[in-house]
Amino acid sequence: MGALKRLRPSTPFLLLLPAIVVLAAVVVVPLLLSFYSSFTPFRLTQPASLFNFVGFRNYGRILTDVEFWTAFGRTVLLLTVALNAEMLLGLGLAMLVEKATAGQRLLRTIMMFPMMFSPILVGFQFKFMFNDNIGLINNALQSLGLTDQAIPWLIDGTLAFWAIVVAEVWSSTSIFAILILAGLLAMPKEPIEAARVDGCTPWQTFRYVTWPFVMPFAYIAMTIRSLDVARAYDIVKIMTDGGPAKRTELLWTLISRTAYADARMGLANAMAYFAIFLSILFTVYFFRKLAAARTQIGAEW
Amino acid sequence: MATVSLQKLVKRYGALEIVHGIDLEVADREFIALVGPSGCGKSTTLRMIAGLEPISGGNLKIGGRIVNDLPPRARNISMVFQSYALYPHMTVRENMGFSLKIAGMKSEEIAPRVEEAARTLDLTHLLDRRPSQLSGGQRQRVAMGRAIVRNPDVFLFDEPLSNLDAKLRTQLRTEIKKLHAKVQSTVIYVTHDQVEAMTLADRIVIMRDGHIEQVGTPEEVFQRPASKFVAGFIGSPPMNLKDAEIADGRVVFVNGDSLPLPRRFADRVTAGRKVTFGLRPDDLYPAGHGIHSGQEADVHKADLRVSITEPLGNETLVFSEHGGAEWVGRMLNPRRLRAGETLPFCFDLSQAHLFDRETGRTLRG
Repeated sequence: MGALKRLRPSTPFLLLLPAIVVLAAVVVVPLLLSFYSSFTPFRLTQPASLFNFVGFRNYGRILTDVEFWTAFGRTVLLLTVALNAEMLLGLGLAMLVEKATAGQRLLRTIMMFPMMFSPILVGFQFKFMFNDNIGLINNALQSLGLTDQAIPWLIDGTLAFWAIVVAEVWSSTSIFAILILAGLLAMPKEPIEAARVDGCTPWQTFRYVTWPFVMPFAYIAMTIRSLDVARAYDIVKIMTDGGPAKRTELLWTLISRTAYADARMGLANAMAYFAIFLSILFTVYFFRKLAAARTQIGAEW
Repeated sequence: MATVSLQKLVKRYGALEIVHGIDLEVADREFIALVGPSGCGKSTTLRMIAGLEPISGGNLKIGGRIVNDLPPRARNISMVFQSYALYPHMTVRENMGFSLKIAGMKSEEIAPRVEEAARTLDLTHLLDRRPSQLSGGQRQRVAMGRAIVRNPDVFLFDEPLSNLDAKLRTQLRTEIKKLHAKVQSTVIYVTHDQVEAMTLADRIVIMRDGHIEQVGTPEEVFQRPASKFVAGFIGSPPMNLKDAEIADGRVVFVNGDSLPLPRRFADRVTAGRKVTFGLRPDDLYPAGHGIHSGQEADVHKADLRVSITEPLGNETLVFSEHGGAEWVGRMLNPRRLRAGETLPFCFDLSQAHLFDRETGRTLRG
């Protein structure tokens, strides 16, 4: 009797069991499987290759793979450029909207329009706008007499990267704007007035009072967006598909190409774990910053 | 150190005029309290002096110089806010030294001034804390410290004690008074609490609906209120104010009850004049439980029925009926009273006030 009782799982465990089973089925098992497959030369076309364990060979190959590290570096570059641009623009927008005395709700709604479009459609739209022959941008530049030749926006590697940055920034600046605006609206007005009386110029008021208060909100946006950009795929896929000549290849376009076009799922999985590592790194970094900024302003949330 | 002078100062929001051309001269080193009910324009006036609200009309001079269009930072003022308005991300030390840092002062010059101010306000042990780690009273002391380190020409206080509990308020009130005695600069202090105004100020400015009702020392506004409004606002509990009519040497209340016309007003009002009769609780007391300040002849005696009492220990507030209205009196050396008890009361008419019922202005010369 006593032995049987000891074998019987505890009630809390039994009650949690359904959740554990579901989680295992949809998260843990696929995760372990993909992790395991990153140690095999698994190809989707050759299922048997899944059972050929090769140890760290995939990872070893990635470490010396110039193409991978170029894509990795380019992703970090895109992240840095896009996030900084979005933050500055978002901050500017938020401060302008906060100043609006009438129609602020309408402006807030309009500000969020870019977020309402699927990134795929944003990609298509910018692909059209940056088209060297029929694109809106070349058309406008030529009509204004700023240039008389067709600028090969999506054909030149460097220009194509910046075209992607523009599309990213256009579609996601509003995340920063909305979050920073929330911060500005939540901010008590008296410290700003105190700063004015204390002798601050408008710039000093911003620098020493407004910005420290709004910073945590900017870090929240940073965290969200760094995850977003680290997995950037859709806009790039549509606008350049990593081209020309892999000059705009990002981590995930490379991974998907490796997995599906080249059918090397094992290698692609190994790359994916590197990519996830990058995301985690950024998230941890911004969360640390956020926590520090929150303590600093004595935030109660 | 500076004088402040308000000349026909007006504040308008669009078509709505909030402050209607007020005039006020504040002397150097004077402690002025702006007092009035909420919405009377006192805070708006203070914010115009601070430069936080644009001035719509008239002139504002600080130290003889017109400052209407100068930003706050060019006026050399400091302000203490009701909500403390400390910088949440700075320590107490940084908060207090902030204005000096902005002014471009070196940190070795800032430190002694901050420490000096901290000593004055007993904040030395809190210098490295952040505002969120302080109590309300400590925060307000930091705000005061931030104001004094700058050595400004004028201190502005905007209801600084309103967010504090009663005990702390009394304590900080004393500290503000000591502080003023020590730093000797011009202070303009806004409050809705007449006790604060009375205890702190050299002169009190009573405001109502964007106008100044009266300017005077605490004694003047208490003893010689210029209007019914001032009479009702200053003093606690407030003055008994009852509508009446003058008839035949008597003040006749609405239900026909009457009191003798105070002698002081005998040749100032004629029969039929509609007035408001005012008497402070101190001047209405059960016989033997109060002091009259004039001659015996000015004391009118009447039997009143006690409706309710509020014992305060050293005195008891006695509510009773007369002339169809409720009056409050003050009983010194109190004994226990029963509700419904009828007592002989003294009306010290030498201290009575008469106001014109229409204009509300005093009928005293």
